Amino acid sequence: MIDFHLDLRSGVSPYQQLVQQVQRALRLGLLSVGDQLPTVKEVVAKLAINPNTVLKAYRELEHLGLVTPRPGVGTFVTQSLAGESLAAHEPLRAELRAWLAKARGAGLDAESIEALFMTTFREATEVTR
Amino acid sequence: MTPVLRTEGLTKRYGRRPALTDATLTIPAGRIVGLVGPNGAGKSTLLNLIAGTLVPTAGTIEVLGSRPAANAEQLAKVGFVAQDTPVYAGLSVDDHLRMGARLNPGWDVTLARQRVAQVGLDPAQKAGRLSGGQRAQLALTLAAAKRPRLLLFDEPVASLDPLARRAFLQSLMEFVAELEVSVILSSHLLADLERVCDHLAVLADSRVQLIGDVEDLLAVHKRLVGARGELDALPPGIEIIQADHTARQSTLVVHDTTGLLAQLMPGADVERLDLEDMVLAYLTRAAYIAAGAPNRSYAEQPLEAQR
Repeated sequence: MIDFHLDLRSGVSPYQQLVQQVQRALRLGLLSVGDQLPTVKEVVAKLAINPNTVLKAYRELEHLGLVTPRPGVGTFVTQSLAGESLAAHEPLRAELRAWLAKARGAGLDAESIEALFMTTFREATEVTR
Repeated sequence: MTPVLRTEGLTKRYGRRPALTDATLTIPAGRIVGLVGPNGAGKSTLLNLIAGTLVPTAGTIEVLGSRPAANAEQLAKVGFVAQDTPVYAGLSVDDHLRMGARLNPGWDVTLARQRVAQVGLDPAQKAGRLSGGQRAQLALTLAAAKRPRLLLFDEPVASLDPLARRAFLQSLMEFVAELEVSVILSSHLLADLERVCDHLAVLADSRVQLIGDVEDLLAVHKRLVGARGELDALPPGIEIIQADHTARQSTLVVHDTTGLLAQLMPGADVERLDLEDMVLAYLTRAAYIAAGAPNRSYAEQPLEAQR
């Protein structure tokens, strides 16, 4: 399990430090898919920090798609940052950017683009399942 | 949700000496609030007014929506650990727990027993023979086992060694994670507060100098560094809290309400402040004003640290 630490002189906010430590552990393969993060209570009991700081870090990691909370059980790693799929991210991102520019050029606003993407995404993932 | 604390014009005087002057503030629920300021600033007075052990001279105060110590129900909602974490020296740890159970309707026996075991207190030990750290842990356990909605601490870690201090804060944060309780604690130890608090109130000279969520406060306070003379005239919306000058350089701590500081001051370096520097800037200003200096035009004042 990951062991958090805190450097108050670093100029990086405490919640950001926790996020970065998880990301680093994922890149280094110290954490992998299925691993559990320490509970909020465990982290605050070790570091003597505000529980909201930990909650905020875990929400951010969830938002980044790296972890998923299972209510009543804990928070689990759902995506690794190590390995080969990472290399594919950049070209895919570039294509997506080009597509977004095209959509905007066609006069779609942000909400329409999101709606179009989500419906297509759902259709596509249903087919492949 | 009801704020844990709402005051308007709250004032406490001892004879003619003001202990707290015209404090108007609202603290939302679910926060861990750090109360900082020099000795005699009014921190203990404010905590005692919240606990209901002091009565205000003027103004109003509501704690969790009611008058402090208004009735038994209100007393049960607030746990107060006064300065030096007082316990009964002649009673054992176990006596304290039994007394807590008798005096508090919502007493959590399991929580109290678990806690005492976890921090390694001997139930038979007389409280007078406990170390400072153990006494603080006992006082914390007693306050938390009441299952209050608000916990108040007056300088809980001031007399503890670094190890006991960390252990105390670890226990306190564990309670907060478990019980969803709001906390107000006073302390001189800004590094501790930076770890623990998400809300801050700075008191000096019996007045509230600054209050708000730590993150919001840090977002609007910055350090500006520029050539001497370049920072003398600041655009509206940017207030100087502290200014230091050398022959060539000016260093300011400013409160920026525009959100455009970097654009408005292209010639200056805009740096992030930490909580300690921000608090010290306000305390320095308050001390300076209390010493009889006018509250304006810092750039012209001989507040110079010649380096």
